Amino acid sequence: MRLPYYPGCTLKTTAENFEISAIASAREVGIELMELPRWNCCGTVHALARDDVMHYLAPIRNLIRVEEMVGEGLVDEGRVVTLCAMCYNTLKRADAVVREDEEKMQKVRDFMERETPYGGGVEVTHLLEILKDLGWSKVADRVVRPLEGLRVAPYYGCLLLRPRGFGIDDVDNPQILERLIEALGADVVNIPFKTRCCGAYHIVQMKEVVAELSHRVLDQAVDAGADMVALACPLCEYNMGSRQEEVKRLFQGFEPVPVVYFTQLMALAFGLEGATGFEQNRPDPRPLLKERGIPLEVS
Amino acid sequence: MRLKPENASFKAKVAELSGESLDLCFQCGGCSSGCPMTEEMDLLPSKVIRFAQLGLGEVLDSKTIWVCSTCFTCEVRCPRGIDIANVMEALRELKLRSKYDRVSLDSLDPEELRELPQIAIISNLRKLTA
Repeated sequence: MRLPYYPGCTLKTTAENFEISAIASAREVGIELMELPRWNCCGTVHALARDDVMHYLAPIRNLIRVEEMVGEGLVDEGRVVTLCAMCYNTLKRADAVVREDEEKMQKVRDFMERETPYGGGVEVTHLLEILKDLGWSKVADRVVRPLEGLRVAPYYGCLLLRPRGFGIDDVDNPQILERLIEALGADVVNIPFKTRCCGAYHIVQMKEVVAELSHRVLDQAVDAGADMVALACPLCEYNMGSRQEEVKRLFQGFEPVPVVYFTQLMALAFGLEGATGFEQNRPDPRPLLKERGIPLEVS
Repeated sequence: MRLKPENASFKAKVAELSGESLDLCFQCGGCSSGCPMTEEMDLLPSKVIRFAQLGLGEVLDSKTIWVCSTCFTCEVRCPRGIDIANVMEALRELKLRSKYDRVSLDSLDPEELRELPQIAIISNLRKLTA
């Protein structure tokens, strides 16, 4: 099944490991992620002010690309797949606004008069939703190296779940990452702060506050005996993974814990040696995997 | 409740920009108890809503509106169906539209800017600069 795929900017830079592992793992379960031609930035945050129509242009232009792909027969369906939680949220919310508000839809069309008018025929999805629809047993069928003995704490953060009506799962007790982790043969470690904010974009100007927020989540994971944290947002990954040195600096005695994208665990369990992207993660999860008896060919 | 004209007009502006019915709030404090950022705030989120209900423009000088990380925890917890994040955004916008910048791009270290994911920079500047 060929599905349109919107990467977003960060999947091409600090979260390349997310993209590489997602494309390879999706292919294993029969999903060909077809990158949108000429995609542009989604805007990262949904414009919440009622009169701020201008910021819908960027996300909607991407949805026009999706409709073009469908029209040209490049994909089998108009469900666009996202990986980054922020992209998922902005595309999904902008789509909902213009579909519900004829006046705003017209404004968006008028602004982009050289584009094909957006027809409102796109469904914005996250890869996790596609996997759930496919069925966890199909995912489990592809596992060649079960992640037995690996204790993984799922972390959702904000925009995969909220606001209400725009998430991939229940806002209070989501289970979608849990089901995936189980399908891969690993053990789920539950942490109360799995839906708690990591500090998000405040990392730019309030670094210590974000380190504190990230520490609360990571510390719970360590306390609960997790080997690693699995998530789906490149900003959460940056704050909680790449910036863990800062957490260590601020909190004496904090034990580092690897933070990985859920797709990296898929690639690992599917035996896709070259597509795990673990070499980009900080802290490096590979020594721990080796310790847990899940050896990786380190190239 | 009768407000002075300046307060009524501020309240109307916040309601229009946010799309929220501010009078629905009965000050249960649920938003404040769930907010992950309260330690950094000068006014609790529920108080910000109270200020908006009363049309008190000094709420624009509160640190809270800039500390909010738009995580929508308050939105899913509000028993009255108010999207508090929308109100926070309306208040930020009112300030930003008077050409106010909370963060200055020039103050950021170029080395750090290279290391930060683009989504961090773009979302930060979208939320905190005019």
